[in-house]
Amino acid sequence: MSSKALQREDRSTFGWILLGVKGIASPPALILTTAFFGFAGLCREAGISWQEASFMTAVVWALPAKIILLGAITAGTSLPAAAFAVALSSLRMTPMVVALMPDLRGPKTRTPTLLFLSHFVAVTAWVFAMERMDAVPREKRAAFFGGFAVTLTVINTILVAVVFNLMGQLPALATGALAFLTPVYFLTSLYGSARDISGKLALFCGMAALPPAHWLSPGYELLVAGIGGGLVAYFGARAVKARRGAV
Amino acid sequence: MSDWAYSNVLPWWPYVFILLGGWLPTDMWRYLGVLSANRIDETSEAAALARTIATALVAAVIAQLVFYPSGALAEIPAPVRLAALAAGFAAFQLSRRRILVGIFSAELVIGGWALVAASI
Repeated sequence: MSSKALQREDRSTFGWILLGVKGIASPPALILTTAFFGFAGLCREAGISWQEASFMTAVVWALPAKIILLGAITAGTSLPAAAFAVALSSLRMTPMVVALMPDLRGPKTRTPTLLFLSHFVAVTAWVFAMERMDAVPREKRAAFFGGFAVTLTVINTILVAVVFNLMGQLPALATGALAFLTPVYFLTSLYGSARDISGKLALFCGMAALPPAHWLSPGYELLVAGIGGGLVAYFGARAVKARRGAV
Repeated sequence: MSDWAYSNVLPWWPYVFILLGGWLPTDMWRYLGVLSANRIDETSEAAALARTIATALVAAVIAQLVFYPSGALAEIPAPVRLAALAAGFAAFQLSRRRILVGIFSAELVIGGWALVAASI
């Protein structure tokens, strides 16, 4: 163990970057890649071009934000309402980055470097980093994280372009089956990572709220169902916790 | 509704739409996280409410894809879509929460329906 630790101390910055790059073969990264196959299918369904789909992957990166943006594009939502819905869904980036910073920051890491690296934070890279960061010497952590997270984004950006174009040759049914990867991936991964009852309730309330929201306010159904369902889930979970506490 | 919505009549508008509707409202939160790392309490009630609404928003998108899809997804009948989602979730739970097992089971339902539909 000590000799292994010593070896790790000896590894160069480039060696740590490479080790990060190798992380794209880890289970969370592979599952995410599966989801991006589905995302490419979804983009095709939404009627945007492959260049737009790849551009969106590179500049937004967080998959839930992209799915919401795509939903807004399909529904014909206006830009301010779309941006507002995406902002609400991406709010969770702040606490995630806040939780990651004490682990990522080394004694000499500059703020511009951290700002650059923060762009690549999304659920998968975050889970990967939080699990493995302890084994990396502090001054090499930015290199290790960058090697993993930047590679993951670049590979999936290219993947979206390739899969999008290959799908032109697939029958509609196969495209539909690929696009269906996305809802199943999100339902299962969000349910699995929910910390407590409020996260699970939010999943079911958000889904249940969509049909009435679709009927009440077409074009804004995502916002209405998300905020409405989220509030119901939040207060519902509080009531459940209060009752459990009282018993 | 049509003004300020997505359209590709102007070649640059989709990219502006993606930047202002996707990049800006996502990266601003990431940058805020870097700059305020010492000042935000991740365990506060406000952070919990934000997490819950963010989850419900994604859930609404899941429901939109299952209940009101467009394109090739719409060619799969609604009961089959619902059954596939339910099968995926059940398999995920029964397999001690393996996402890939869930995805595979949902795709099996769609594949099974396709075989039956093709043979009729």
